[in-house]
Amino acid sequence: MAGSFTVTIADSGANFHCPEDERVLISMEKQGLRLIPIGCRGGGCGTCRVKVTEGSYRTRKMSRAHVSEADEQAGIVLACRLIPESDLVLGLAGEGNGVWNRAREQGGKGHGVNGSIACGIRPIPRA
Amino acid sequence: MALTGVLRAGFVQFRVLEMDEALAHYVDHIGLELVEKADDGRAYLKGYDEFDRHSIVLREADAPGVDVMAFKVGGAADLDTFEKRITDFGLAVDHVAAGEQPTVGRRIGFELPSGHRIELYAEMARSDNGPITENPDIWRDDPHGMRALGFDHCLLYGPNVAEVTRFFTEVLDFGLVEKVQTPDGPIAVWLTSSTKSHEVAFVEHPEPGKFHHVSFLLESWNDVGHAADIISRYDISRDVGPTRHGITRGQTIYFFDPSGNRNEVFAGGYSYFPDHPTRVWTPDQLGKGIFYYEKELNDRFLGVVT
Repeated sequence: MAGSFTVTIADSGANFHCPEDERVLISMEKQGLRLIPIGCRGGGCGTCRVKVTEGSYRTRKMSRAHVSEADEQAGIVLACRLIPESDLVLGLAGEGNGVWNRAREQGGKGHGVNGSIACGIRPIPRA
Repeated sequence: MALTGVLRAGFVQFRVLEMDEALAHYVDHIGLELVEKADDGRAYLKGYDEFDRHSIVLREADAPGVDVMAFKVGGAADLDTFEKRITDFGLAVDHVAAGEQPTVGRRIGFELPSGHRIELYAEMARSDNGPITENPDIWRDDPHGMRALGFDHCLLYGPNVAEVTRFFTEVLDFGLVEKVQTPDGPIAVWLTSSTKSHEVAFVEHPEPGKFHHVSFLLESWNDVGHAADIISRYDISRDVGPTRHGITRGQTIYFFDPSGNRNEVFAGGYSYFPDHPTRVWTPDQLGKGIFYYEKELNDRFLGVVT
């Protein structure tokens, strides 16, 4: 596909196309997919933290509270600020906050209440 | 005057990743006015229906989140009275000199058991572009964007909500308007110094000092719908709504600024008076309390903060 790259999630092999110049998370969400947890979409909350293992890319500014300089060197980025410059392979690299864990427990549905409000109110702290 | 001591939530200073993008969001879309972009990089904004010079202060930084929320008190003498009461409660008080923010008088500051910095101040210049006071038209210039009247309140996430509640009610004389009560204590509280349903709210959260949202007041439920139209038209990152809260009864929509700080615009809500009882929610009904129509919470609203 011209002007578009394939983004593959390493764990599952699931993939989707992302147009060049579009942010990976935004493109994923537009296609109705929930392969990566969705938070603020603005580089601030860390929910969509991923590690790029193959491919070239650029990013827009991301919160240093969630992506340190060392993280960035290691390919860790926020998918909402990630713009592909080739096909990409990436893995989820969440920090263990409640949103990320529950999204995974629910098989990527990423929504719903299990009746334990305290669980929702008190997300698991960062590792 | 019947309303004394702490008057209201006066200003909030928070961090953004890219200032130009943030200003386009808050000025063009939410409808605030840019008062000044200062030499130190901070930007000062206000809503069209606010008398004071500014209520929102943006600071460009490497990570979004809140620097300080400040409350305006009735007079300079209140700063001395509250300094003693805050110190007696056991919190350390520091001082910010007049002029640290343009036209703002001296401030006293302290850190809550939730990890948030709070300040009190008595003086700020009157805006020369505030509401008209003589034979007042309803506004000076056409409201634009979401037509926000001004800054209304913040919701802050952090630990020790029970202690924070005791501080606000016993030291700052706030009313506890609503709370979510568990057998272990309150996990969420809505507090006011005025007749508004809340000036500030707190939710129990393990990480200290987190920012859940800054809220702007709209005139009507219809304007909440208009805000939703703007959110879709300009691809603003939406969180939840339009919907209604059981708690405070406000009609609302949540979204994120371009740096990931959550915003709310809302209308409605009931009036509170100091003789009113606290309204109490049990955790099993919290879905309805937060989102009255959906009756369920979502993980992003609960867990995503800056």
